[in-house]
Amino acid sequence: MSETNIIELEQITKIYKMGNVEVTALDGISLSVEAGEFIAIMGPSGSGKSTLMNILGCLDRPTSGSYLLAGEDVSRMSREQLAHIRNQKIGFIFQSYNLLAQATALQNVLMPIVYRRNGHISTKDRLELAHNALISVGLADRDHHKPTEMSGGQQQRVAIARALVNSPALILADEPTGNLDSHSGLEIMTILQDLNAQGRTIVMITHDAKNTAYAEKTVYLKDGKLNGNTNPINESVYAEVGGLT
Amino acid sequence: MKLSEILRIAGEGISRNKLRALLTMLGVIIGVAAVIIMIAISAGTEATISDNIKNLGTNLLFVTQSMGGQQAPSRTSGMNATFLTYDDAKAINNSIAGISGVVVERDITELVKYESTSVDSVTVIGTTPSYPQVRDVSQASGRFITQTDIDNNAKVVVLGYTTAQTLFGDVDPVGEKIYVGDVRLTVVGVMAKKGVVGNTDYDARVYIPLTLVFEKFTFSPFARVQGDQVGTILVQVTNLNNMNKVITQIQILLAKRHETTVANLPFTVRTQEDIIATQESTTAAFRSLLAWVAAVSLVVGGIGIMNIMLVSVTERTREIGIRQATGAIPGDIRGQFLTEALLLSLTGGLIGVIAGVGGSWLFNKIGDMRTVVLPNSILLAFVSAAVVGIFFGFYPANKAAQLDPIEALRHE
Repeated sequence: MSETNIIELEQITKIYKMGNVEVTALDGISLSVEAGEFIAIMGPSGSGKSTLMNILGCLDRPTSGSYLLAGEDVSRMSREQLAHIRNQKIGFIFQSYNLLAQATALQNVLMPIVYRRNGHISTKDRLELAHNALISVGLADRDHHKPTEMSGGQQQRVAIARALVNSPALILADEPTGNLDSHSGLEIMTILQDLNAQGRTIVMITHDAKNTAYAEKTVYLKDGKLNGNTNPINESVYAEVGGLT
Repeated sequence: MKLSEILRIAGEGISRNKLRALLTMLGVIIGVAAVIIMIAISAGTEATISDNIKNLGTNLLFVTQSMGGQQAPSRTSGMNATFLTYDDAKAINNSIAGISGVVVERDITELVKYESTSVDSVTVIGTTPSYPQVRDVSQASGRFITQTDIDNNAKVVVLGYTTAQTLFGDVDPVGEKIYVGDVRLTVVGVMAKKGVVGNTDYDARVYIPLTLVFEKFTFSPFARVQGDQVGTILVQVTNLNNMNKVITQIQILLAKRHETTVANLPFTVRTQEDIIATQESTTAAFRSLLAWVAAVSLVVGGIGIMNIMLVSVTERTREIGIRQATGAIPGDIRGQFLTEALLLSLTGGLIGVIAGVGGSWLFNKIGDMRTVVLPNSILLAFVSAAVVGIFFGFYPANKAAQLDPIEALRHE
């Protein structure tokens, strides 16, 4: 087990009980993600992508198996402990942005700071952190805009800023371009690639083969099992896109 | 999480839907205002009662017909046997020691008219000369009814202050003729202003000789036989220490006169204190009824808050999911919705306090009802509102806190 691994999944299973029927959503998943890696998880619908995403995001617990996130075993944690982990170690990027519609961009980005529990941060510092996060996604002048006053691409960038603001160990993106046109989608993927270049660990779940081109590694999920490894094509696409930016 | 953050988030939640928040608070507003006004009214009534004690003195005895006593006049005891009569009053005056005055009152209701001005439903008191002394009313002009008036059935009338004002304005009415019912009477005096004591507006009354009531205002033949039946005999006792002795003497005298025993006496002899105690127990019953009404409206207000909070939790399920994903623990979510419920109920409570104090003032000014706002009642109402907020806010807040983040994020 490497010291630098951010994610260490060991034989993760997830079984849902629907009445008397048991449905196995994940069937013995083992996966390691190193710090600074950008990996894509691909699979058709019903393959268990969402379940894996929920477990990786500490929104759900596996039925069996262990999950080490940045060295901490999170597979048996309580709801409260998982909330702390989500707050400090995970930044979520959702397909539908999941911004609070009535709050400004700045307020949305502030949310993870509000729920922080380690150490007091003055209001001034909080605003600065949030503002800087917005600057890093190219929205320096959008602090007081509400999501309804922004384009989809801009909204997703606010969501990325929110994911970054607590400097998490892992950025978890669930179909980040699913609701965007190709131009905005490209923008978002470029930002993710930049973040990865700055050393962020990114796990992206997608069914769009084009997006996997930005990842260093793609794993395929089918019927709750992982198959596939490093996609050989990826290296060249990455280099090509890297050249563009 | 800082308190200011919790308050800010809860405040945003409420201000998002201002009209709904106001309607939700309405129940609490009404409840709190009701508590304050109810307590202010009963405190006002109590203050009036205690003023009555001071005004009327404690040395009066009231002899009245017992409740229900008139229904069963015994065949053998004669027609006058169970009715309090003028002769009883005379007998008390003549044979009981230690009393300084006896007044007889027999009241009827009549239309009073002077030229074209008339007042309907005026309480006309047939009474005797000691009335002003015993009832503590002073003379403004002219004179009161004299013994001569009584003996001669004189067609005279003495007006209360308000009635005199209504009929004559500022002109002195002494010597004028007015109609009381069909009978033409000469005004011989006007009483000074006394105001409302208890349920009695002394200034709206008019007074005529007791015997005139028997002669002119007792219409039915049956009643005429009962001719000198009276309503109340007031006895003023000289020495307070003799009260009980005088009561016993009056009871024995009346029992003898009506051929019965003290135990079966169809009359009650009560002190001013007895009457006040009765009034107070009535007030207490009334007050506890009002307290229940107020409590019920507070509970209804609380249910309103719970209802809206449940709607709000459902509407904001997605928001709850986002907050959970970014690190809110169940306690944070519970705190947010509980604070929102509390904020609603406390704001409602505050508006209710203002409405309650204002309402009490209005009752005093316009409703002619004495109210005393007690600071404790404000505290009680406000604390009740807070308790209602916490109690009825807890279930929705808990429901929000228990939401599964995955389900919540998926919610449309």
